[in-house]
Amino acid sequence: MSDVALVSNPNVGIDKSEENKKYVNELTTLNLGPTHPATHGIFQNILTMDGETIIDSEQTVGYIHRAFEKIAERRPFYQITTLTDRMNYCSSPINNMGWHMTVEKLLGIDVPKRAQYMRVIMMELARIADHIICNSVLAVDTGAMTGFLYVMQWREHIYEIYEELCGARLTTNMGRFGGMERDFSAEAIRKIKHFLSEFPKGLREFESLVKRNRIFMDRTTGVGAISSERALNYGFTGPNLRATGVDYDVRVMNPYSSYEDFEFEIPVGTTGDTYDRFLVRGEEMWQSLRIIQQAMDNLPEGPYHADAPHYYLPPKQEVYNNMEALIYHFKIVMGEIDAPVGEVYHSVEGGNGELGFYLVSDGGRTPYRLKFRRPCFIYYQAFPEMIKGSTLSDAIITMSSMNVIAGELDT
Amino acid sequence: MTNEQIAQDLVAKFGEDKIYGIMENYGLLNVTTSVDTIVPLLHYLYQHPTFKFQFLTDLAGIHFPDAVGQELGVIYHLHSLENNVRLIIKLYVPIESPKVPTITGLYATANWMEREAFDFYGLIFEGHPNLIRILNVEDMDYHPMRKEYPMEDATRQDKIDALFGR
Repeated sequence: MSDVALVSNPNVGIDKSEENKKYVNELTTLNLGPTHPATHGIFQNILTMDGETIIDSEQTVGYIHRAFEKIAERRPFYQITTLTDRMNYCSSPINNMGWHMTVEKLLGIDVPKRAQYMRVIMMELARIADHIICNSVLAVDTGAMTGFLYVMQWREHIYEIYEELCGARLTTNMGRFGGMERDFSAEAIRKIKHFLSEFPKGLREFESLVKRNRIFMDRTTGVGAISSERALNYGFTGPNLRATGVDYDVRVMNPYSSYEDFEFEIPVGTTGDTYDRFLVRGEEMWQSLRIIQQAMDNLPEGPYHADAPHYYLPPKQEVYNNMEALIYHFKIVMGEIDAPVGEVYHSVEGGNGELGFYLVSDGGRTPYRLKFRRPCFIYYQAFPEMIKGSTLSDAIITMSSMNVIAGELDT
Repeated sequence: MTNEQIAQDLVAKFGEDKIYGIMENYGLLNVTTSVDTIVPLLHYLYQHPTFKFQFLTDLAGIHFPDAVGQELGVIYHLHSLENNVRLIIKLYVPIESPKVPTITGLYATANWMEREAFDFYGLIFEGHPNLIRILNVEDMDYHPMRKEYPMEDATRQDKIDALFGR
């Protein structure tokens, strides 16, 4: 594999030019990946190293490219939801609902308040699950296994709540155009309340293990830093941008799904290093808990989906007894319903940043063009700049703290 | 700072023949421009004292095979974080010579976005530092998101194989 990579990338390799004479050791080329346990996904990094220091690096991505944008041009709108699951699979409900909101914007469907609040609850749970993974795996990469093992059970609780609502755990396919597929069951409410009361203890325990841990702080402080100017120029969004001190959050700037009803704060960092990214994600989990608590306290009564029979599947028992329901069921499942002509851009605050959907519809049953704005793809290109001059072990935790998800990067 | 003000300012600065196709889609201002205007336009928007469109959200390619002479398009999504206003700029080029100037000098983030548009649509971004394929394999000899490469048609009749047909 390394031979192939070196032949196809003539620019990378051992540079014996006059400029490189200044390095102490002979330069080596190190092939990190495509499959390496420390990169958490399939990425290839070709590093040019002077001893332990990274001089230059080149990234190869696309190992799990699945042509989602092309496939989407052949699929009826509701079948694209399952594609969005497989982008950032750590927080798939956010992807699902971002897509649903995009199509609802195109179709002009008003979602009832209860469905919006349910969406907020599920999206914030997904954000917590996403940040749990990122932060605990960052701790693992610095050598602290225990925190990861303790906090992972809370992701399991979140997945159980997903199961109550949609039956799936990882690739959730949650919700429908116009709302949610079912209301919260009594068991779901019990599980969410249990999570709300118990998770703070678990998170506090994790933070007590890691947050002010001398070893962890020494390993992460000042590592992989990026200035806010460079981060904005590189198109950073989400926790990685906020760690540099820019308080850009789509939930506040362009509120969707009733986020304007909730009171929460945007945590920001100062230096944009690995430790700041860790802290921002940690604080975001507390803010997400606040949002879920408010949404649960004020959960409105009423329908959990919009009255949009052309797009929202009728209940199954009606399909067998009611002719209109049968017709709509058939037309929706077969993808026979045309969408209006239009262009719409909608973005949500995903686990990693602004997750955007640019949808061009020509009035057919499928999108004419669908572009996913994947935050991972956009900010991963800053990685060479962030690890230049650092050691290999620092590069690993920089990548880990950026939460680069291969599925989202490669679509 | 409304969409109308932005559109009027751009037309006053660059002229009606360079800024056209002005419309609003769901509150989002769309303008179309020409290939030779895009770089000055983006610099102007970046340096404008009040607009400050300094964040490139996304860059998408698009293919309209029926629009003769304007088959391929590039769509720039700009965001003014200070004013919280978004703007979409489009430009179209003929498929025979799909040459677009690069904007990597202004936005570092455009590097991979332009590589992606090159990879999937064959748009040539002139001046790009490293215009190679990014998500597809390097020895691919076509640009798969173009409309002449259809996915398998879901309604096709010729597949009647009992095991692999529909």
